[in-house]
Amino acid sequence: MATPTHILIQIAALVRKEFLALVKDPANRMILFAPVLVQSLLFGYGATYDLLNVPYAVLDQSHSKPSAELLARLDGTRLFRRAATLSSSRQIAEVIDSGKVLMVFSIPPDFETLLTTDQNAPVQMILDGRNSTTAGVAAAHVGAIVADYNASLHSTSPGIVIERRSWFNPNIESRWTMMSGLVAALSMLQTLLIAALSVAREREHGTFDQLLVTPLTPTGILIGKAVPAVVIGLIQSLLIFLITRFWFGIPVQGSMGMLLFGLLTFTVTVVGVGLSISALSLTMQQAMLYAFLLIIPLMLLSGLLTPIDNMPDILQTITYANPLRFGINIVRRVYLEGAALGDIATEFIPLLVIAAITLPLAAWLFRHRLS
Amino acid sequence: MTSRFANRLLALARKETRQMLRDVSSLAVGLVLPAVLILLFGYGLSFDVKSAPIAVVLNDRSPAAHDILSGLEGSPYVLPVRAASISEAEDLMRRGVVIGIVQVPEDFSRRQAENNAHIQLVVNGITTTTAATVERYVRGAINTWEQHQSDRGGNKQLSIGRVELVERLWFNEAGISTWYLVPGLVVVVMTLIGTFLTSLLIAREWERGTLEALFVTPVQPLEIILSKLTPYIVVGAIDLGFCLLAARFLFEVPIRGSLPVIVAVSLLYLVVSLLLGLLVSGITRNQFQASQLALLVSFMPAVMLSGFVFDLRNVPTAIRIVGYLLPGTHFMSLIKTLFLAGDHWPTIIRDSAILTLYALGLGWATHRTVRKSLD
Repeated sequence: MATPTHILIQIAALVRKEFLALVKDPANRMILFAPVLVQSLLFGYGATYDLLNVPYAVLDQSHSKPSAELLARLDGTRLFRRAATLSSSRQIAEVIDSGKVLMVFSIPPDFETLLTTDQNAPVQMILDGRNSTTAGVAAAHVGAIVADYNASLHSTSPGIVIERRSWFNPNIESRWTMMSGLVAALSMLQTLLIAALSVAREREHGTFDQLLVTPLTPTGILIGKAVPAVVIGLIQSLLIFLITRFWFGIPVQGSMGMLLFGLLTFTVTVVGVGLSISALSLTMQQAMLYAFLLIIPLMLLSGLLTPIDNMPDILQTITYANPLRFGINIVRRVYLEGAALGDIATEFIPLLVIAAITLPLAAWLFRHRLS
Repeated sequence: MTSRFANRLLALARKETRQMLRDVSSLAVGLVLPAVLILLFGYGLSFDVKSAPIAVVLNDRSPAAHDILSGLEGSPYVLPVRAASISEAEDLMRRGVVIGIVQVPEDFSRRQAENNAHIQLVVNGITTTTAATVERYVRGAINTWEQHQSDRGGNKQLSIGRVELVERLWFNEAGISTWYLVPGLVVVVMTLIGTFLTSLLIAREWERGTLEALFVTPVQPLEIILSKLTPYIVVGAIDLGFCLLAARFLFEVPIRGSLPVIVAVSLLYLVVSLLLGLLVSGITRNQFQASQLALLVSFMPAVMLSGFVFDLRNVPTAIRIVGYLLPGTHFMSLIKTLFLAGDHWPTIIRDSAILTLYALGLGWATHRTVRKSLD
């Protein structure tokens, strides 16, 4: 009779074999660890709404001291970079249409006259609306620069001062939001795929039937297949975390233990989903395509790119079935807010429910889905 | 010679088509995924903040302070919620019930008379885009109220000789994010369909040994590649039709460029991404690696680095170079221009030329990966 020790030894053997299958090929090792490093660096710098040297063009028809002062303020920030100086309004369309600049700042000929005669001087800001989000951020910054300039024109008091403070992300840098989300999101991509391919590969090669006639129980097989995928997922998350923490220097507010616990729960859930797909598929092609079919909605409805609160109600409800939404929430809240278990306990419930459905389902399908 | 070429091509293409049609998962990805993506992109992805809950703490009970509160009401962007004290508001914020706090201090009306009033705004910086919108909106509402006050009070102080910023958003006058996200959808769909569907085709034949079996027949590598492309070009063309119809009629995004140009450049890009998938398949010769690589080279770059949501004019030079190495980036700028700005021929010619070069280069490289094994 199989004693618990026996069962453990059997499972350990399967785990070992699964690990070897994943990492013995050097090309596999490359593909499992190099991309997350490259992607976290690329997206850390590239996936941002924060302005940096945004090209803009100037049409200064005033050529006066006040207009030069205003432009100096614009050029003085690191946000904008003057890419063109126009001489006629006919040139505006070309620089905007071609995408050469994001914004044209146009100062009318009577700018100085209007200002010195105590009238309002309109300055036109033409923005490229092909990305209205970046355009909106640029408009907000220019608005603040112009407000500062106005305040400097009149030494009288500036009216109501709005003191803005930001919690959890003091300078409202989008990198903080993005990188903490990527700790969960990037590792999910490959982990889900590893789990989805694990059983399907054996089915396609015909070795899964052999595994089924060994003394291993479906639960044993499940654990053997799940452990390597979970470990790789956690290592990937950890790599992204290290880049976020030390390369980008984003400070951690919460405890490492809480972060690891959250990531473990999330990764186990993702592997459960992946193994269910795998147990349903007969070939690797099917497993891969079903995984892709799932990964994309999971990514788009996770709040990684656009806030969940902006979605219509029905889609917001659907996101309760999305483990990534809660994985990202847990990481962000622990990392940036310093949340403790009591604050985020509700974020764990959907994850545990999904895991409690998908893991037993996968084990059941091992025996009940035979080609 | 030519007719034999055509015969063999036809036979192979027929085999590939049947294989595709018999596999439910291929059809699911080919036709269901685009439909799901269209709905998700059109309805799900949005940067347009609606009814963001913010707590308002009025420590000053004067009519002026109340006026500010009513200035925030009735806007589609924010939903003010009264909080009795700052500690209650902070608690709401910590629990995620509200995403911002506006606090009017108790000496507000007294200091306003001295033109020295302060208002505190606290935002949750975790969702940066929402935080920025809320800040912009609250500032705007308070400034409007202030202007209004000073106009009514005959206090000219605020309207003397100021620079007044007139904002004009070209191509997307109302600043609706759906207008630029939906054209991006065409890029993402063409990338995914292309790369996902074809990335296993050659690897699978290598693993099963059927490619070697093909090599002993008179079939040429070029015929293998063309036959594998044909059925998926048809699927991609159907998906393109879905995208354009949804953009026009479901999401009412303007299509200002000419339709034939849009269709032509989209099909050109479809060929590029199908070839990218085949190349991945031919290089790895292994389904596990092919699928991982396909996911890595297609989906994330197409969404994150192509200028889809994050403007490439806004990133460090090194990252911008990486972005411009991806074929999707060129198609992204082209399709956004065609949808929102119209036919801008210098852009059309430049980007089509770049995409054609990619198609030729990837075709040549794929051809090599298939032929190499013959010797």
